[in-house]
Amino acid sequence: MKVTMTVNGKAMSAETEGRTLLSSFLREGLGLTGTHVGCDTTQCGACTVHVDGQPVKSCTVLAQDVAGRSVTTIEGMANKDGSLSVIQQAFQDHHGLQCGFCTPGMVMISAALLSEKPNPTEEEVRHYLKGNICRCTGYHNIVKAVMAASGADSQKLAAE
Amino acid sequence: MPKDGGIGASTLRREDIRFLTGKGRYTADINLRGQAFACFLRSEVAHGRIRSIDTSAAEEMPGVLAVMTGEDFTEVGGNPTGWLVQSRDGATMKEPKRPVLAHGKVRHVGDAYALVVAETYEQAKDACEAIEADIEELPAIVDMAAAVADTTNRVHDECDDNVVFDWGWIEENRAAVDAAFETAPHVTTLELVNNRLSPNAMEPRASIGDFDSGTGDYKLYTTSQNPHLTRLLISAFVMGIPENKLTVIAPDVGGGFGSKIYHYGEEAAVLAASKRLDRPVKWVCDRSEAFLSDAHGRDHVTKIQLATDMEGNFLAVRTETLANMGAYLSNFATCTPTFLHGTLMAGPYKTPHVYVNVKAVMTNTVPVDAYRGAGRPEATYSLERVIDKAADELGIDPWEIRRKNFIDPDQFPYTTPVGLVYDTGNYHATMDKLRELSDVAGFEARATESAAKGKLRGFGLSTWIEACGIAPSNLVGVLGCRVGLYDAATIRVNATGNISVLVGAHSHGQGHETVFAQLIAEKLGVDAKSVEIVHGDTSKIPFGMGTYGSRSLAVCGSAMMKAADKIIDKGKKIAAHMLEAAEGDIEFNDGSFSVAGTDRQKSFAEIAFSAYVPHNYPLETLEPGLEETAFYDPANFTYPAGAYGCEVEVDPETGGVDIVRFTCADDFGNVINPMIVAGQVHGGVAQGIGQALLEGVVYNEDGQLLTGSYMDYAMPRADDVPNFTVDHSCVTPCTHNPLGAKGCGEAGAIGTPPAVVNAVIDALHRAGHRHITHIDMPLTPSRVWTAMHG
Repeated sequence: MKVTMTVNGKAMSAETEGRTLLSSFLREGLGLTGTHVGCDTTQCGACTVHVDGQPVKSCTVLAQDVAGRSVTTIEGMANKDGSLSVIQQAFQDHHGLQCGFCTPGMVMISAALLSEKPNPTEEEVRHYLKGNICRCTGYHNIVKAVMAASGADSQKLAAE
Repeated sequence: MPKDGGIGASTLRREDIRFLTGKGRYTADINLRGQAFACFLRSEVAHGRIRSIDTSAAEEMPGVLAVMTGEDFTEVGGNPTGWLVQSRDGATMKEPKRPVLAHGKVRHVGDAYALVVAETYEQAKDACEAIEADIEELPAIVDMAAAVADTTNRVHDECDDNVVFDWGWIEENRAAVDAAFETAPHVTTLELVNNRLSPNAMEPRASIGDFDSGTGDYKLYTTSQNPHLTRLLISAFVMGIPENKLTVIAPDVGGGFGSKIYHYGEEAAVLAASKRLDRPVKWVCDRSEAFLSDAHGRDHVTKIQLATDMEGNFLAVRTETLANMGAYLSNFATCTPTFLHGTLMAGPYKTPHVYVNVKAVMTNTVPVDAYRGAGRPEATYSLERVIDKAADELGIDPWEIRRKNFIDPDQFPYTTPVGLVYDTGNYHATMDKLRELSDVAGFEARATESAAKGKLRGFGLSTWIEACGIAPSNLVGVLGCRVGLYDAATIRVNATGNISVLVGAHSHGQGHETVFAQLIAEKLGVDAKSVEIVHGDTSKIPFGMGTYGSRSLAVCGSAMMKAADKIIDKGKKIAAHMLEAAEGDIEFNDGSFSVAGTDRQKSFAEIAFSAYVPHNYPLETLEPGLEETAFYDPANFTYPAGAYGCEVEVDPETGGVDIVRFTCADDFGNVINPMIVAGQVHGGVAQGIGQALLEGVVYNEDGQLLTGSYMDYAMPRADDVPNFTVDHSCVTPCTHNPLGAKGCGEAGAIGTPPAVVNAVIDALHRAGHRHITHIDMPLTPSRVWTAMHG
């Protein structure tokens, strides 16, 4: 069955089976491989995208259930001129990524947090990010990046 | 101030742009025209004899192109072990075979014994379920002590007592060590488990085999930390494909932590399937498979004894360890508990007598191999735990007992009783720095605050040392290693002056593309932006040994420096000709070749252009072009070291442990990019906290893996760890490599577990639970609560 949805502002379609997951639809159907799959139990968050503005783990959503809705992936997060958005830039500025595999999910969940709560505390950031696993950074610099993107003085976070 | 983009600058990472915009190119992101998809059928029993495999129904399933079993791989060789260890009696270790797909027997849950290739992944997976295998289940060998005790039940027939080797280090010293224990005024004994871990790089493994029937060339895209090693193993041992007909490409790789060093059977299987079908064959591991097939780490059961006098001076250390190998010997499984573990048992201390005994045991579990730190965390944990226990027994402060036994700064180079020569270090300096940064003076006030909340506060200390930058090839060859452990780099200066650097090291999170460009920018006096780092493709890069063991900067970085020296030497010859001066009068400074004492000079770009457009050039004596390769074989290991402090709050109601402060004072030698070094330490510390508090692979007595997903295997999450205070301002540069660099990647994973456990024991002691001398990792709430109330 052909499924159509708005992805990063454009209407896009691909053939699906009933069991096709949104993550597979994006990666295999549309070739948007920025959305990563790091587990098969909805635990790691690498596949996080936004559906109608809400963060969703795309490995646990059937593509057909998202037909007609609006999806944003990591490929749609940069500014219109191609420069990094505030949250992406904060991840680079604060070394909030190493191998890069969890990064798309981290950026998407962080963006959702900041749109929900523009000035979170560090504790709130850590709580909100707990559904996304990073094996490289120890989270220190991810938390710092999210705080910085929120406008907080990230230098106060830790001595380091 | 460091030069912008040069050595010492916290240059932002260039690779981040692609990772932050979804443009990274990991193996699973690659799709080749006409590719088919592979799915592996894995054993559901831990130990069984394969009576028959009926693939006929699977072959008739929609989209199925091929079904292969162990029978299809009997013509090819097996996956070898990379290191032959000798037993105490001089016998060479046993080396049970490891086939591409299980043949005859399955030996662990997850052992792959068949492969389906189909038009889609779903079709391949469906068809796997239609394969009918008749497997006679045999009793599972799970517990190491039982494996050693019952030799009638064997994982491999060719390993008749389930013991691969019984290693003594150093066997000749054993009598002297035992004698020291006989006369020692005090002996502290501790039995402990170093828990089995699943590495869990966030990118699952993936491989694409691509055979070209027109040329006979094979290409393998794979998630590897060392593509040349994978090529060597496939070529020389597993499949016999000549190296010049096999290209291995490790593109962006999403973390490794050791688990992607090794060659796995799936890589050979997709190559063979691709040849059979004359189509590319792609396999992407899912996480459940990863738990069942990625090499695990650690899994030691150890008894350690520390002999001291009554003032706490160390007289001798003795250990006995059972090291779990799992069901097959993974490539470096045998060196991890031996030469990466026993050789570190002196730690940063001047203990005169040390003896280490390790028995390597086969069990019906996933193979165990090097995981971040690899043997050194196990050594450090044993040592730092027994030291705290001894300090407690003797009534000596944990800081003091360590300080009085440190090798002093004026004792380097220092030969340890376990075969290493530490070139340099200053353990007092990192300890002093830790004491300052961890605000020891304020501890009591913080403990009072915790008590007001009903929490028990404790402080734990550990020191650590590592042998990184593995390793002098002649030394490791004597010790049984089957490969060389140099690295290599080619510097290709292009005609217009920009530079491609092709390196043997592989970056999978370490930031080499940024850091290596910083090195070249500093050395050649060029803009870092004009330097590109190329890695991960055996058809482009020189034969290098890849990235693991905190070696990339110390070994590959040194190869880059050697190659750069050759570039400068040749540049001087070209400049001498162009400037009509003697070569000996040419100086190279900050990107410019000049005649000493004059203002006559040529820029680096002018020299490069002349090398490729050699109109005014000494063609009679000098080849055109400006490209140099260097191999660097280290003269010694490097020895980074440090001191870690952990503060915990224990909830006496639940046994839950919160880490509230964590401080690291490390000596990594010279640091190239402080931002990246701090990030490496953060990540290592988080993995160490994971080992100490959360993570542990659990099998039941039937050999079923009970921790097979992220719902059962507890990974550290954002709210499990604190912010870290890390410092690397104590610097004793490595004396034997051109960068003075030591290595930082594994530090956190080594130093952290004992600091955490020492902190919890301290908290419990302060609260009056004096009887608790040890709790095995992971220190889950139930284990801590049981220790307090049990």
